[in-house]
Amino acid sequence: MKNIIKIALVGNPNVGKTSIFNALTGLNQHVGNYPGITVERKSGTFKLNESTSAHIVDLPGTYSINPSSKDEEIALKSLFDSKNNDHPDVVVVVAEVENLKRNLLLFTQIKDLGFPCILAINMADRMELKGISIDVTALEKQLDTKIALISIRKNQGLDQLKQLVLGYNELNTLPFLDLKKVDEAHFELMEKLYANQNPYKVWLHHSQQIPFEGIGSVLGSNYTEKSPSEIKRMQQRETIKRYQFIGEALKSTYVIDTSKATDFRAKLDRVLTHKIFGYVIFFAIMLLVFQAIFEWSGVPMDFIDGTFASLSEWTKSVLPEGKLTELISDGIIPGIGGVVIFIPQIAILFLFVALLEESGYMSRVVFLMDRVMRPFGLSGKSVVPLISGNACAIPAIMSARNIENSKERLITMLVTPFATCSARIPVYVIIISLVIPNENVLGIFSLQALTMAGMYFLGFFMALISAWLMKNVIKAKEKSFFIIEMPSYKLPLFKNVFYTVWEKTKEFVLGAGKIILALSVILWFLGTHGPSETFGQVESIITEKHINDNLSEAQLADEIAGYQLETSYIGKIGQTIQPVFAPLGYDWKVSIAVLTSFAAREVFVGNLATLYNIGSSGEDEDMIIGKMRTQVREDGSPMFTLGTGVSLLLFYAFAMQCISTIAITRKETNSWKWTIVQVVFMTVLAYISAMLAYQIL
Amino acid sequence: MTLDSLKINAKAVITQVNMETVPLKLIELGFIEGNFVELLHVAPFNDPIYVKVNDSHISIRKDLAKEITIELI
Repeated sequence: MKNIIKIALVGNPNVGKTSIFNALTGLNQHVGNYPGITVERKSGTFKLNESTSAHIVDLPGTYSINPSSKDEEIALKSLFDSKNNDHPDVVVVVAEVENLKRNLLLFTQIKDLGFPCILAINMADRMELKGISIDVTALEKQLDTKIALISIRKNQGLDQLKQLVLGYNELNTLPFLDLKKVDEAHFELMEKLYANQNPYKVWLHHSQQIPFEGIGSVLGSNYTEKSPSEIKRMQQRETIKRYQFIGEALKSTYVIDTSKATDFRAKLDRVLTHKIFGYVIFFAIMLLVFQAIFEWSGVPMDFIDGTFASLSEWTKSVLPEGKLTELISDGIIPGIGGVVIFIPQIAILFLFVALLEESGYMSRVVFLMDRVMRPFGLSGKSVVPLISGNACAIPAIMSARNIENSKERLITMLVTPFATCSARIPVYVIIISLVIPNENVLGIFSLQALTMAGMYFLGFFMALISAWLMKNVIKAKEKSFFIIEMPSYKLPLFKNVFYTVWEKTKEFVLGAGKIILALSVILWFLGTHGPSETFGQVESIITEKHINDNLSEAQLADEIAGYQLETSYIGKIGQTIQPVFAPLGYDWKVSIAVLTSFAAREVFVGNLATLYNIGSSGEDEDMIIGKMRTQVREDGSPMFTLGTGVSLLLFYAFAMQCISTIAITRKETNSWKWTIVQVVFMTVLAYISAMLAYQIL
Repeated sequence: MTLDSLKINAKAVITQVNMETVPLKLIELGFIEGNFVELLHVAPFNDPIYVKVNDSHISIRKDLAKEITIELI
């Protein structure tokens, strides 16, 4: 049988931990969630030698074993619980050459827990550039460990790391820090009370309520409980002691010759965090991102659209006529197409987000925007979710996790769905081309494009306004802290960017995709089945009715389809709920499209296509627009006037119409209360503003 | 003086950190008595600040910087 060594990959943020993980596992990796929560859990396998393989878990980056955010807390759990499936045999602590001192703090903490620890010093290729030299053998002795110098860019050091992992049994697991130096009386007493326990575990048990097994409450009467502020002071002293030890270890083994160092960072920072150029560059980059999302995705989207339309036609022509064929060609295939069509936009957005994160630029944006966001109860870190919310609110809400302050984090999550996610794009495109004249203003600006840009602005503006409202309502649990590392600038590694784009796109297709597909099928069913007996006889009724009208075959078929829909389940439902939407100016067909959009906005266009029975000619936008333009109300006035159009635009801009987002808000806030507040707030706002728009215009 | 009033490109040594108000994370990142700190940039609208401490580059808000006492060198 094969031996398996379990490895935990631990390290500070921005040290290239994920690059090492990607280089070791390649595509043999699995990104999932920790049970019950949406903290990303990355694991993978790779071969160490003929008889041994490794199972590795990439824990989220952390500066210390004392967690300061939710991610860190969950990440560290597997280290504390020996029954946890991820509990490692050996821990690989990743450090970065430029920040060795700070990285080693975590290393000493992990080693004091009693794990065999290997130190992987990453980005060794930057040593020369920064004038750094390390005496590895001497440092190994000082730190009582084995060290691998790694450069992913130059593909160096991974084999050595594997060899070290194979020999993990020979590593010394003695602790570094004698805790008695922190507080003699306290830790002497602890030693007596917990005779056979690792003293550091005992300390973590008391300072952070980490439930190590075997360390129950055996505190006797001779123990006086430490106050939180006493504990904090002890943790401070502990940190200082650790840094003293690290300073000693590095004194003769780690030398920086600053005369040889080139300071690329300072030059770039001067421009990128500049009071004026900083913003100019940021907005230019944002513009480029939006341009890319709209323009570059056009070709693949058209291709996908066309492919699915012909696939649908093809199945109809090949398979025998019947309910099953209809289900496949009109329900399932367009349903899958409706999911796949979003892939180009989502992939492009994540490509940019990954590039901005990997290069280190995102932290500069956070730095630039913090002061601007603060009056709205947000933090500079809220910018990342608000930007990625323009692709999809789901990953955006998840990315709010690294906001330490719980109030700022909650507000960010609650307002992120106002950002114009890509699912709104098809809705906006259709409505805008219907009601906004295709004219230019001032000669060069297309009125339709300006309206589109305005919708983006509106979403962002509403997010800020709502944030400001919530800031005044929500009570702060703790004081707000803002601490962020400004990492060094790096050329993004292709592999890392590729994996991020791949994983996020997959997440969307499998996650949101399921819902979209299911809804399409349900809608198809409801539209093709009816409650009354007449439903089955629609064809003969209509044919009889128009017997003298001399209609062409196509016109007759349209009439039949239209009447069929009216008498179907969906038609009945639409006519029932229409009064609710009447003040907003919607007829029963639009009401249906809006109602079904409450599961996912992107179904709107497809549903309108079905409802206005454009079905057989595919989801060609021009066709849909043409059909919609001819729609009239009962009194004969046109259906899609400016009033109806603006009303629809506002409704889609503000309403919470996405089951997946609701689910993710529930998970991330861990509260039904805030989830419901979000849904109700957004939807009421949408209803009122849409109604006002229709009544006034 | 406190860290929030440090001028750009000026260096100082940390003399005291108010443990009642700052989070432990600040200590762990290297804001420790005796460590040197250098102000590199100040964000538009005068906040937050961007400093180098303990070989790390960290950005904090001024309210937090007020809790760190320094001495110019």
